[in-house]
Amino acid sequence: MTAQLQRHWTAVCRYDDLVPERGVAALIDGVAVAVFRTHDGVLHALSNMDPFSGVSVLSRGIVGDREGRPTVASPIYKQVFELATGACLDDPSISVRTFPARVLNGVVEVCSV
Amino acid sequence: MMRTVVVAGHGMVGHRLVEALIGRDLHRQWRIVVLAEETRPAYDRVALSSYVDSWDAETLTLPAVLDDRVELRLGDPCVRIDRRKRTVRTASGRRVHYDALVLATGSAPFVPPVPGYDLPGCYVYRTPEDLDAIRVAAQRAMRTTVAGRRSGVVVGGGLLGLEAAHALRQLGLSPHVVEIAPRLMPMQVDEGGGALLRRFIEGLGVRVYCGRATAAIEPDRGRMLVRLSDGTELDTDVVVFSAGVRPRDQLARDAGLPVGERGGVLVDSSCHTSDADIWAIGECAAVEGRCYGLVAPGYAMAEVVADRLLGGHATFPGADTATKLKLLGVDVASFGDAHATAEGALEVIHNDPVAGRYAKLVVSDDARILLGGVLVGDAESYGTLRAMVGAVLPADPGALISPSGGELDAGALPATAQVCSCHAVTVEAIGAAVRDGATTVPGLKACTKAGTGCGSCVPMLKKLLAAQGVEQSKALCEHFTHSRAELFEIVAATRIRTFSELVTKHGTGRGCDICKPAVASILASLSGVLNPGGHILDGEQATLQDTNDHFLANLQRNGTYSVVPRVPGGEITPEKLIVLGEVARDFGLYTKITGGQRIDLFGARVEQLPAIWRRLVDAGFESGHAYGKALRTVKSCVGTDWCRYGVQDSVGLAIALELRYRGLRAPHKLKSGVSGCARECAEARSKDFGVIATETGWNLYVCGNGGFRPRHADLLVSDLDTQTLVRTIDRFLMFYVRTADRLQRTAPWLEELEGGLDHLRDVIVNDSLGICADLDAAIAAHVVGYSDEWRGVLEDPAKLARFTSFVNAPGVPDPTVEFVEERGQPTPAHRRPGQPVLIAGPTLTVVR
Ligand SMILES: Cc1cc2nc3c(=O)[nH]c(=O)nc-3n(C[C@H](O)[C@H](O)[C@H](O)COP(=O)(O)OP(=O)(O)OC[C@H]3O[C@@H](n4cnc5c(N)ncnc54)[C@H](O)[C@@H]3O)c2cc1C
Ligand code: SF4
Ligand code: FES
Repeated sequence: MTAQLQRHWTAVCRYDDLVPERGVAALIDGVAVAVFRTHDGVLHALSNMDPFSGVSVLSRGIVGDREGRPTVASPIYKQVFELATGACLDDPSISVRTFPARVLNGVVEVCSV
Repeated sequence: MMRTVVVAGHGMVGHRLVEALIGRDLHRQWRIVVLAEETRPAYDRVALSSYVDSWDAETLTLPAVLDDRVELRLGDPCVRIDRRKRTVRTASGRRVHYDALVLATGSAPFVPPVPGYDLPGCYVYRTPEDLDAIRVAAQRAMRTTVAGRRSGVVVGGGLLGLEAAHALRQLGLSPHVVEIAPRLMPMQVDEGGGALLRRFIEGLGVRVYCGRATAAIEPDRGRMLVRLSDGTELDTDVVVFSAGVRPRDQLARDAGLPVGERGGVLVDSSCHTSDADIWAIGECAAVEGRCYGLVAPGYAMAEVVADRLLGGHATFPGADTATKLKLLGVDVASFGDAHATAEGALEVIHNDPVAGRYAKLVVSDDARILLGGVLVGDAESYGTLRAMVGAVLPADPGALISPSGGELDAGALPATAQVCSCHAVTVEAIGAAVRDGATTVPGLKACTKAGTGCGSCVPMLKKLLAAQGVEQSKALCEHFTHSRAELFEIVAATRIRTFSELVTKHGTGRGCDICKPAVASILASLSGVLNPGGHILDGEQATLQDTNDHFLANLQRNGTYSVVPRVPGGEITPEKLIVLGEVARDFGLYTKITGGQRIDLFGARVEQLPAIWRRLVDAGFESGHAYGKALRTVKSCVGTDWCRYGVQDSVGLAIALELRYRGLRAPHKLKSGVSGCARECAEARSKDFGVIATETGWNLYVCGNGGFRPRHADLLVSDLDTQTLVRTIDRFLMFYVRTADRLQRTAPWLEELEGGLDHLRDVIVNDSLGICADLDAAIAAHVVGYSDEWRGVLEDPAKLARFTSFVNAPGVPDPTVEFVEERGQPTPAHRRPGQPVLIAGPTLTVVR
């Protein structure tokens, strides 16, 4: 028998309340998470903490793309992070944690595990 | 002890000496007394013909050197030199002692002694007063001579004569030019070029008589009759002599100093006369016997003397006598050995009378080295070719001037080629500057001075940067190949109102943190026209904004925001001041007075902003746009209200300006200041636009800058009434908003603007591009469409909803934000008192 990994989903907000290409911050089990909805409707969730400044602000960055990959730019010193992977595209040694996200009954949920 | 240098003459060259000496005399060795014959301070004589456009001599004024070491005595010429006592006497009888005397008396127009040369109606062309007199005569002709017969005769068909003819035509007279040589501009162009030039000039409505002398001028029933040597008779209202100049060397002659064979104060290559304490520079000097009638050699002499006065050993490097005609639409240039006087010199000519293009290169006998050339009809390659004089040509000379193969490669220039003749900067020096990190034209200007004189070498600087592999692409980012200015024009012309539509039709991808705020700014600048009553956080526009604009507050290093309400002109009532204090106290905000005369409240969390602003708006405050690339403040001094010296109401004007331009989005922030008199307590000259009161109105200065690279603002126009001042600022701002690059402040914008300050003045004062009506309309729409951005948020629940810490826990403040108390106020916790200030870790890179 394999152990069933217990996933715990936390509700964030209604999907329709997310403005495309703009983030919101949510508190997921005490951790600040930035949640984005891109123009094609896809959801992304990453740690809200900007590793370069140590400040919880990534949700307030500008969403765009770099060579086709969706990104958010930190509003503090402008480093760019890939939304899908959390990788910093300006400094390969740095990345931020990503979180699974889904829509259930019109509500966005993020999982902390 | 300070020594005294007396400068006789405040022309372009005398002025340059003052600038150079003050700029370099760091140990304050010299005080300068300038004795000027003219009653106005030094002005740009080279641009004299533009006086006809505005009839405002102030537009010609050269930037004054404001320094306590300089004493300028206008209208009091030097009349005698006493070499034994080392004094000069002035016309008013004053005696001035000198340790060094510099003659910079320029030259006087040569008037050939033809009978009738002194009739009323005969003029010369050298000062604004000359032009005023010609204007009065032209106006008289308008009244007395029937239309179609009003005319003016210019004696002399050189560079100046053609400018004079053009001016006469602007005054409503039909111009005739009489030239004794067989062609126009005989000094600069050869026969072939002269023929084409004549066609162009005649095309401008000027009648040309070459190879003929002026024999006599006779009065003729209130007008004049000019007889030429071949019997031709010309009826005319005005005669203008522009038959060359003679150096003004009388002072030197009277003092027993040697003069050149053809006149001019004789000096050696250090600009010394035979008297060790006396120097001569500019058009009055004959350097090793030769006089120069152009400004660049004069500037070089001024630099030599400044250097020598400070103990240096500079010598006059010889001069570039290259010239380019400035008449609208006629391209003529000549450089180097244009007449092929060198032994064995060959001429390679390309002549296309149909296309209107004549080009000649003069090369060495082996056709490898460029010696000089003449270009008529198309002088595009002037900058590159001039720089190549004396160098081995990169290609067959014929190919270089044929229209197809004509593109010259700047990379082929030899290291010693002079790119900028005004400041003697070589290709090598530019290369060194690029290696040291100068990658833009303003950067090169700052470290080499190239391009800061006449500006004609700026296109060449761009080419050199490109040749050095420095990317000069104007593309905004990977999503748009356009520059910001191009995008602005696209939006204005197509009236596209959303980023999505713009990036779909004109770009690629989904945008980024570079192009989105840039487009947001363009949409906001144009909102008065495109979207009256709109808000920067409406719909998709909200997603384009930087975090500052998105939360209408300034993001600080710990993720909190600062709040700056508008305090127009820095004037505030005690009641409002108390409200600010109470709000700061109640929300626990760190409070500081800014340099722009307002109050900045720091440490507000996102979710606190609406409540803070509710209080402020209720007390009558509005957004101060400290968060935006927009007008920040108009700083003012107290002016006539209180100050004993004030001559105008500086506070009143500052408030009016701040209210007029509040909310105007621009490529970068805009700051302004208004001073109530010349004492300049508001530091207006360090602002993007600054106003200083005069006895009769206002002087407007533009493109100043504090910050990283400080720059004093330049005088754009002077003595304006308030209405004209405001209109001029309107146009200045809108022209900047339309044409600047992203994040380019006004100072670097002006430095990159081709044609510089003169061009700017032309565009917004003389409407040379015909866009002023558009600019005026855009500002008018902005003024009408303005509304307070914070009030807009407070009145819209959807916008208000964005100001939360966490969407799923709106009441919980961000737990990572902490404060400690420092000097009695809250400050971000992660910088504890006494600790070294660590701005960034060792690996931190700032991307933009
Ligand atoms: C219409 C026009 C167009 C021109 N275009 C060009 C051009 O395109 N390119 C170019 O290179 N050059 C051009 N020039 C020439 C250029 O203007 C001169 O080379 C330059 O002004 C010379 O400067 P300067 O200081 O030697 O003489 P000036 O500018 O003539 O100044 C000399 C000053 O000394 C004063 N003075 C004379 N005697 C005394 C005295 N005893 N005591 C006190 N003051 C005295 C005079 O009143 C005058 O103000 C042009 C000139 C004119 C008139
Ligand atoms: S600039 Fe003039 S008017 Fe204004 S405060 Fe200073 S001295 Fe007074
Ligand atoms: S050549 Fe005049 S500024 Fe360079």
